[in-house]
Formats: sequence, structure tokens, C-alpha cells
Amino acid sequence: MERVLSYIDAIREATDQEMQRDLSVVVFGLDVDDPKAIQGTTRGLMEKYGRERVFGTPLSEDAMTGAAVGMALAGLRPIHIHIRMDFLMLAMNQLVNVAAKSRYMYGGQVRIPIVVRSMIGKSWGQGAQHSQGLYSFFMHVPGLKVVAPATPYDAKGCLIHAIRDNDPVMYIEHRILHFQKGPVPESSYTMSPGKARVTVKGRDVTLVGISYMHSECLRACRYLESIGIQAEVIDPIWLSPLDIDTIAASVHKTGRLCIVDNGWTTCGASAEIAALVTERLQGVKDVRVRRMGFAPVTCPPTPLLEDLYYPNGRTIASAAHDLVTGTHNGWLPDERLDLQEIEFRGPF
Amino acid sequence: MNERVYRSLYRIRRVEEEIARIYPSDKIKSPVHLSIGQEAVSVGVCEALRPEDVVFGTYRSHAFYLAKGGDLKKMMAELYGKATGCAKGKGGSMHLVDTAHGVMGASAVVGTTIANAIGYAYALKLQRKDSLVVSFFGDGATDEGVFHESLNFAALKSLPVVFICENNFYAIHTSLMYRHKSTDICALARAHGITAERVEDGDVLAIHEHVTRAAKALRDGSSGPFFFECLTYRLMEHVGSNEDFHLGYRTRQEAEPWIRNDQVKRFASMIDGERRRRIEAEVEAEIQAAVAFAEESPFPEGEELFTDVVEG
Ligand SMILES: Cc1ncc(C[n+]2csc(CCOP(=O)(O)OP(=O)(O)O)c2C)c(N)n1
Ligand SMILES: [Mg+2]
Repeated sequence: MERVLSYIDAIREATDQEMQRDLSVVVFGLDVDDPKAIQGTTRGLMEKYGRERVFGTPLSEDAMTGAAVGMALAGLRPIHIHIRMDFLMLAMNQLVNVAAKSRYMYGGQVRIPIVVRSMIGKSWGQGAQHSQGLYSFFMHVPGLKVVAPATPYDAKGCLIHAIRDNDPVMYIEHRILHFQKGPVPESSYTMSPGKARVTVKGRDVTLVGISYMHSECLRACRYLESIGIQAEVIDPIWLSPLDIDTIAASVHKTGRLCIVDNGWTTCGASAEIAALVTERLQGVKDVRVRRMGFAPVTCPPTPLLEDLYYPNGRTIASAAHDLVTGTHNGWLPDERLDLQEIEFRGPF
Repeated sequence: MNERVYRSLYRIRRVEEEIARIYPSDKIKSPVHLSIGQEAVSVGVCEALRPEDVVFGTYRSHAFYLAKGGDLKKMMAELYGKATGCAKGKGGSMHLVDTAHGVMGASAVVGTTIANAIGYAYALKLQRKDSLVVSFFGDGATDEGVFHESLNFAALKSLPVVFICENNFYAIHTSLMYRHKSTDICALARAHGITAERVEDGDVLAIHEHVTRAAKALRDGSSGPFFFECLTYRLMEHVGSNEDFHLGYRTRQEAEPWIRNDQVKRFASMIDGERRRRIEAEVEAEIQAAVAFAEESPFPEGEELFTDVVEG
């Protein structure tokens, strides 16, 4: 029997195993030591490793990010945690101007092995400042790695890699993904940067789903199945470096690409993927491309508008249907109760 | 004066109790940060202000919104996500706003509106207006760099702003003691050259008196800015509609002196029974009407999703 863990427990186990293995790993951030323990992802770590290696901080994102850089310079491997990605905006100077650049501007003399964990919020009126998926900001900057695992298996493997990586890694979680359960081996393993996974094989259209949107793509895939369209679903996992080979190979086969981002499309991850695939396949294959993401507005908390704001399995299926059929006949599948919540079971 | 204060205190308390009552029905799909126990700060401060004065606050936004004269119906509708809400359902509980009544908004990102408040105060000074700005924030905000940077600038430019730190001892579940070596928040303000005082007992009249004096000095242009640290106590969980003493980060004993010192009860006992009942009945009717308004109002239409991003 495969062992099943939640995404939350996978993160906690990865952290625990690495802290055990490597004394230089330290964990800190606002509320990592509080009763809710960052949704449980840091539970028990302070008791096990002590208050020097696991500690809550004041509300000081800017300074604490700079401190993480300093710790890394001195040989530690800090994991700095933020309960919302939105709060990273207070840490931009240290992340973009210092962490990302130090190795290069000091001619390779230093390394900054930090992991910055942050979470994207969704639903229940998270609204304007608690729901943003801003990872494309970090994809833009050379010197930062960006990963957005969508399954418990990947959450563990990617986090272990991120901790061991000698460069800064932005590790992006999603509040809804936290509740996912899936197979997670107990022993330690790593998932290398720049490797995507084809999670469903198909020949008609390629769906690339980022972070939580991967789950919605799996739903779309089931809706499409019911009308005889076979979607291939890809989880890029790492956004920087990005595995464009796997995506381009799929699009080479299907000729149709729909990228579903967990953020805005403009200058976002979907724009980057579309551009890279187009550059790769132009003159080789005629390709139709569609991007989806958050509506180009601030996230509204009111439920009806919030529903319209996010892509979902049905709207993705509709877009994919149009790509495949070359029509715009407004086909939208009726909501299926069995597809409201899918627990992802990846074919690994 | 006492009756005004009681009405405002009672109104905020009852509105939030009503929100807590409705919350389990899932009709309010918005993270609510209740001020039950903390009303005296908003009331004491806002009773000392004029309508044209403005306030900036935090996601714990119900109390100062109401105390400053924010529209109750629109607030309820906002919590329900309705088109008639104070932000048309686009803000939610954490971002209440009513510019007509000087409620200039609230941020979910700790500390951010302190800087906005000093900017507003700078503009008032430039425009030679005699109104002033109040910046409400929690003890948590004093951890942030923006707090110090804003205080420095406000002091440097002698801005017409009153900083109100609502020190409820915790940032979510983390005590100030675990976040600051020195827990003397007033000392931080004084270090920036700002006159600072602590109100320890949550006495609404003491807060009122302090702010009244500060407001007068600011309007005269004789001195400023001012800083008040108001000790207070949050009786409910950080976010949501329940108590949280079971979590273990604080004890019910710790809350007891604050419960005994409840300003709502204190003022209730200071007002003659007949008049008190009249105030309460009026407030209850107003709340019922506001809830009914929220329930009956429509949700925003789909096309509202795309309005208000930029002008036009
Ligand atoms: C910049 C930033 N960091 C972290 C958070 C998460 N957070 C939300 S409320 C809060 C506590 C703030 O405490 P305080 O300022 O004392 O206000 P209170 O909630 O006690 O009214 C924290 C840490 C946030 N919203 N913004
Ligand atoms: Mg506080």
C-alpha cells in the first residue's frame, strides 16, 4: 500500500527530514511557532529542533528577508515562511536586489541558499490583498528559482531540493492545495528544477495548469472526455527554470495549447510559456494557443464575481473545446457534482 | 456626551455580535476580524473628531468605520458581498471605506495605511486645512519598518496626524513580548520626537480627552504629531466569530480584568434606565434594518467584475 499524506504533512515531513539531516537548516517567519503552525506545516518542529533553529519573527518581512540572506552568507540554509504571497511585496528589495544578484555581482564568490515559502489564498472573500499569485514577478528575475508544486508528492520532493539548492528558491503554495492528499514516500527524495510532468496523456489539446490550476485542468480533462476530446495535461512544477521541452513536445503532437495560470495573464507565466512554445515550434508546426488566468482585475471578495474571476474546470474545458474544434459556439459543460472536488492521483 | 458615547459603543458591540450570530450561516463570506472588547478606542478617538477629519485603519475595520460615521447599511451589505455595499462588494470586511464620512479605507497588509495617513496629513498641511488625520493600527504594525519610517517623516514635517496604536497585546497569537525586547511602544514614538502617551485602562473618556486636546493643538498648528498607545483587549479570535481561549496562547484569566472593565457595560450603568432602553431599541432597529437591507440587496452583476480597475 502506498502511503498517503496531505500536502501539509508532506511539507512538514520534508522540512523535518532536512532539519534532521543538515544542522544548518533553520526555519523562521511570522507565526511559524504559533498554535496554528502555518496550517500545520511547521507543527512540532520547534519542540523537536529548539527555538534557535525554529522561531517566529516580528512583523518585519523586509528585514527578515535581508536577515535570511545574511544567514545564508554565513553558511545557514534558512527557510523563510509567509502565510500569504501578498506579503512578499514587502520583501522585494532583499529578494530582487540582493538575494537574486549576490552570486553574480560578487563574481561567484558567495551563494544564497534560501527558501522562501509563501501561499496563495483563494475564496471566502480573501479579496484584493490575500489572493494574489505573483510568482511571475520572480520568474522575471535572473538568479531566482521558482517552483509551484501542485501535489503532496511534489511538495515534498521539491521542498527537499529547494533546501539543498545553493541558490534562492521561491517555493509557492496554494491554500486549496494544502488540503490535497496523495501518495508520498516516507524516504527522502528530490525533484530537480526544470522538470515538468505529463499528468494525463492525450492527443487533441495540451493543457498546462500552474499551481492550483493544475487541479482545474484535470477537471477540464474529464469534462472533455465526455465529448470525446482527449486532453494532455502538463504540470510544469518548476516555473524557473521552466521545462519547455516537455511542453513543446506535447504541443508538437497536439497542435493546440491552452495555458491556465493561477495569476493574471499579462506578462505572466502563461505569456512566457506561450512565447517559448511559439519560438520553438514556428515553422515546424501550426499551433493554436489560448491563455487563461485571473480576470484582469483586482480579486473581488463577493462570491459571484469571485467565481467569474477564476478559471475553472468548465471554462477551461470550454476554451479547449473551441481550440480543438476551431469554433466559438459557446459550449460549456453542465457542472458535474462528481467533478467538484477531485483528489489528484498522479501516475508516478 | 455619555449618551452619545454609549450609543456608539453599544452600536458597535451589537453590530459585531450580530455578525458573529450570522456568520455560521455562511452568508458573510468574508474574513471578519471583530473588535469586540476594543470598541472604546475607536469611540473615544472618533467622538473627538469633526466630520471632515479622516481616519485610516486596518482589516479590523468595523469599529472605527462605525465610530467615524460610516454607513451601517452599506457596511452590512459589503460583508454580504452585495452590490449596495460600501465598496459594491469589491472590498469585503477587511477594506471598509466611506469617504463621505472620512473613512479612507483599510488595508489587509499590516502597517500599510500608516504611510497613507501621513501622506494625507501632508496634503492637509499643504492645503492649509485645519482638519486632521487619525491613523489606527495594532501593536503588530509597530514591528514593521513602515511604522518607523512614517513616524519619522510625520515628526520631521510636523504633520497634523494622531497615531493610535491599539495595543491588544497580540499579533494573531504572538504576544508583543515575543516580538519586542522593549515593549514600551510610546518610547518608539518618543525616539522619533513625537509626544506620546499610554492609556492603560481602556477608559473611553480618557482616550477622548487625550485626542480632543491633541486635535486642538493640531488645528492650531501649535504642535504635532501626537501618538497614543491605547491598551485594549480582543475578546474573540483573531479572525472569525468564536472565542479562542482553548488555543492556549492566552488564558481566560488574562481577559477577566478587561471583561470587568467592559466600557459598554460601564456606560450602560451610567445612563438612566428609560433613556438607555430607548437608545438600545433605536440601535437594535437600525441593526435589523441594516441586516434586512443586506439580505435583500442584489449581488453585483457579472459585468461589475470589470469596472473600477481604472477610470472609465
Ligand atoms: C505585512 C503583513 N504581514 C503579515 C500579515 C499577517 N497578519 C495579519 S493580521 C496580523 C497581526 C497584526 O497584529 P496587530 O497589528 O497587533 O493587529 P490586531 O490584529 O491585533 O488588531 C498578521 C501578522 C499581514 N496581514 N501583513
Ligand atoms: Mg494586536
